[in-house]
Amino acid sequence: MIPACPLASLPRGEALRLDVDPPIAVFHTDDGDLFAIDDTCTHQDASLADGWLEGCEVECPLHASRFDLRTGMVDAPPAKRPVRTHQVVVEDDVIYVVPSDAPPNLPPGVTVKGQA
Amino acid sequence: MNTVCVVGASLAGLLTARALRDQGYEGRLVVIGEERHRPYDRPPLSKDFLKGVIGEADLALEDDGEDPRIEWRLGVAATGLDAVSRRITLSDGTSLVVDGIVIATGAAARTLPRTEGLRGVHTLRTLDDAHALRAELESAGRLVVIGGGFIGAEVAATARELGLGVTLVESGPAPLAGVVGLTMAQAIAALHEQRGVRLIAGARVTEVTATERAGSLRADGVRLEDGTHLPADVVVVGIGAVPNTAWLRGSGVELGDGVLCDEGGGTSVPGIVAVGDCAAWWDPAQGRHHRIEHWTGARQRAAVAAATLLSGGTARPAPPRPAYIWSDQFDMKIQFIGRADEADTVTVEEGDPADGRFLAVYRQADRPVAVLGVNQVRLFTRWRRQLETMPVQAG
Repeated sequence: MIPACPLASLPRGEALRLDVDPPIAVFHTDDGDLFAIDDTCTHQDASLADGWLEGCEVECPLHASRFDLRTGMVDAPPAKRPVRTHQVVVEDDVIYVVPSDAPPNLPPGVTVKGQA
Repeated sequence: MNTVCVVGASLAGLLTARALRDQGYEGRLVVIGEERHRPYDRPPLSKDFLKGVIGEADLALEDDGEDPRIEWRLGVAATGLDAVSRRITLSDGTSLVVDGIVIATGAAARTLPRTEGLRGVHTLRTLDDAHALRAELESAGRLVVIGGGFIGAEVAATARELGLGVTLVESGPAPLAGVVGLTMAQAIAALHEQRGVRLIAGARVTEVTATERAGSLRADGVRLEDGTHLPADVVVVGIGAVPNTAWLRGSGVELGDGVLCDEGGGTSVPGIVAVGDCAAWWDPAQGRHHRIEHWTGARQRAAVAAATLLSGGTARPAPPRPAYIWSDQFDMKIQFIGRADEADTVTVEEGDPADGRFLAVYRQADRPVAVLGVNQVRLFTRWRRQLETMPVQAG
């Protein structure tokens, strides 16, 4: 489990980028739900934590593909592949992310450090 | 409706075909594409694809598992339409009678007169264009780009990054001035110059000069009105695009600068809609038809055009949102929304243009009408959200 931040420091409607490799974005929706996905858009190198959070979806800040935070699925081009989702746990008012074992769907030209 | 034909297999055509299925259309769906390629994404053609960072497979617009039950007719162009009988004639001599038609034939790069057949002169619109240009840039030393629109500025940046000597010739006061306004265009121009692009603004090109080599004429430079000769191994012409509507002449579908449509994409003929770069939709805020030649325009309007076609024109579209544009030039992520020409003032509200990282807000009186971000993705997104959710004002 990766500690993200105290629950109180991530207000509703906000997102947090965790500098792990690859980076993870944690979202606190307006309805009070917490979600974590890979931070990098699957189309091109853009930080989804900088995107537009609406309901349970985040819109990529560059090219406006929308990802469902619950499933990682994408609605329309230019992104085609889903973004990897991670489990979120809150313990003692601290947000933790349980990173997924699945391989990430990183965009062309972006790699996990230490890998080809 | 039993058969719908989408004429045009790029972004607007594919997304409208998908939207028809999403909105419950179950009949036969034919998509005609002049290019032999499956739908692909054009914006990277002047950027990462031209640079060689991504390949052809990365451009595909379709999902791997996608099956919207489309009958593809690729590598054939529509050559004519009889709107009364709804017969579409094709370049392979066949024809197709259908019930509903989506016109999504896009636009073609405008060419410079007297450069036809001249080797070394390129326009950039299609995948084949990009392959041809990429091959030439590999061995070329000097590039002259004619036209400082988005394509011209992006190609100039990419070629510079590939190590070429690049001169950009623009007839107006600065590249991109038509979109972002003069002040900010000059700021972006300075960033291009810092990164090694030679910029010649306010200059008219009189000819592309050529020498005979191996029995054919090959471009060797560009001459300007004041007599200056700019030597070049490759010339790229980026002077805009013209809508692909020649096939509709005499069809009964009303044409202007593009296919004239109402605010839902309906043409003058019931059962025929148009979308994408070829379509000039009625803009109620501006009180005129105009074409939006941007990626996001095609994307936003596909679902509207599909609803118009399936409802017989009774679906009421939501008011249009301001156009959002992005561009990658060198290390700069340029984002723009709104209309600079409506603004009285433009102020830099974050960062410094000289650093290549800033955000500028355009205002008419106190009302923000446009925003430009250069490497300000997070802040720009907040502003974009504000502009997109503002009530639309009639102009």
